[in-house]
Amino acid sequence: MSGFFEILFSPDIPFIRNALFAGILSSVLFGILGSVVTVKRIAGLAGAISHAVLGGIGLALYLSATKIVPNLSPMVGAIVFALLSAILIGVVSLKSKQREDTVIQAIWAIGMSIGVLFMAKTPGYTDPSSYLFGNILLISSRDLILLAILDVVVLLLVWRYYPQIEATSFDEEFAAVRGIPTQLVFLIILSVTAVAVVLLQSFVGIVMVIAMLTLPAGTAGYKARNLASMMIGATLYSFLFSAGGLVLGWSLDLPVGAVVVVLAGLVFLSFATATLIKKKRRNLSSN
Amino acid sequence: MTEVPVALQFKDVSFAYPSLQILDGVTFHFHQGEFIALVGPNGSGKTTLLKLILGLEEAQRGTIQLMGGSVKAMRPTIGYVPQHATYDPSFPISVIEVVMMGLVDAKRRLKKQEIRAMAIEALKQVELEDLVNRPYSQLSGGQRRRVLVARALVARPTMLILDEPTANMDQESERRLYQTLERLKGNTTILIVTHDTRFVSDLTDRVFCIDPIVEGSGGRTVVQHALEMVEGDFQKRVRHDVEIPADYCAYPREMPS
Repeated sequence: MSGFFEILFSPDIPFIRNALFAGILSSVLFGILGSVVTVKRIAGLAGAISHAVLGGIGLALYLSATKIVPNLSPMVGAIVFALLSAILIGVVSLKSKQREDTVIQAIWAIGMSIGVLFMAKTPGYTDPSSYLFGNILLISSRDLILLAILDVVVLLLVWRYYPQIEATSFDEEFAAVRGIPTQLVFLIILSVTAVAVVLLQSFVGIVMVIAMLTLPAGTAGYKARNLASMMIGATLYSFLFSAGGLVLGWSLDLPVGAVVVVLAGLVFLSFATATLIKKKRRNLSSN
Repeated sequence: MTEVPVALQFKDVSFAYPSLQILDGVTFHFHQGEFIALVGPNGSGKTTLLKLILGLEEAQRGTIQLMGGSVKAMRPTIGYVPQHATYDPSFPISVIEVVMMGLVDAKRRLKKQEIRAMAIEALKQVELEDLVNRPYSQLSGGQRRRVLVARALVARPTMLILDEPTANMDQESERRLYQTLERLKGNTTILIVTHDTRFVSDLTDRVFCIDPIVEGSGGRTVVQHALEMVEGDFQKRVRHDVEIPADYCAYPREMPS
């Protein structure tokens, strides 16, 4: 453990510090957006967006490697695919409730498959698992700046529109009667989540983004009194899981992203079990 | 003599989903301060009618006027109490926060203290001021419905619309809800939408029924029926055998001073 802290403050090894900063910055997104995704019950939609992103990454890598679009960053492809899938999923979810599940699963699967196909045809070796599971130790200063910018945008949106977000999440029909453009709010939430997914996937990977968008918020939800306290609690849990995962992953030589998610999952399951036992005891004593 | 203004007016309104005609030639109106029941069996188009009144759907034919203006423009004057079957018990929120939601709109943000004071006032109206900070999920079904009534009242609406207000409600909560509505009657227009086609509250002035499909027409229409008091009960019986033209009423009458 002491070795970890020595490296953390070592001026020659910036990537551990960057990883910790990434943990702090991503916690804000995981906490706030995760709470909204959880209370709006759109984790499945966010999951489809996060997996469809692989299609954009694969396409960008292919276009860049074959010099069709030289130096095209995978992140550009990821953002384009994330936003397209967010809008498509959002519109389907709003307009075609009967087919929603099928279309969402199709976007999920097609997006990933497009990614794998383009990566297979990209000259040189491209490992899809590095995008699926991420690597926090490869976070660059540019990634940190982008994360910080998105943090500020999300914090400003939540600060300004908290009552509207709370109302549309709690009772969409009532919010619409009060004149709130609920469909627009829904599409904005999906789009911001999509952009966040792209930035966050480099931290914990595509597969695990969705776990971090739901587990810290779900854990915080057991004790939260309102949506705001759920957001704050989920942000703190996210940071604890990220920092804990980083320390454990580094100390035990394990993939940090996977350790973070296992840690978050174990804590969530402990809370869920404790709540169930408490409920059962209360029911027994009242009978 | 001052005529009591019309609160809601449907003129020859028709509405259809892509493959199904729901309403056809609906014409009725009622005035401000009236206590109205709109009844119809499940699947008869009550929810569609409600969505038209709330501006959540638009009619393909005919006009709907709310307080003399368009539905979208006048919608903020409505207090809406949904049946709320889709309530998520894991949503973390307190009673007062639910009520404060009644003042939310697209742009305007009042001061939090002002909103809180108005919310407490609304909770007093439904006699739930003791539960201000209680988690909403810990309330009984009846108490939750009364909190939703407070949420509708907090914006001081001129018209209150309640969708199946007593569904799954215990007797005590039902009694208290009608006490609240009785206090509001006269000053606030009240529209109750319910599937019980036989009886309505004794507070009801007039009843409109979504009638069965008439042969030759694509959808259902709305018909006004007579009401008669049930002896020794706080209910009125709907006289389905006595039909009144849907657009008929005893108004104009004098505004209450």
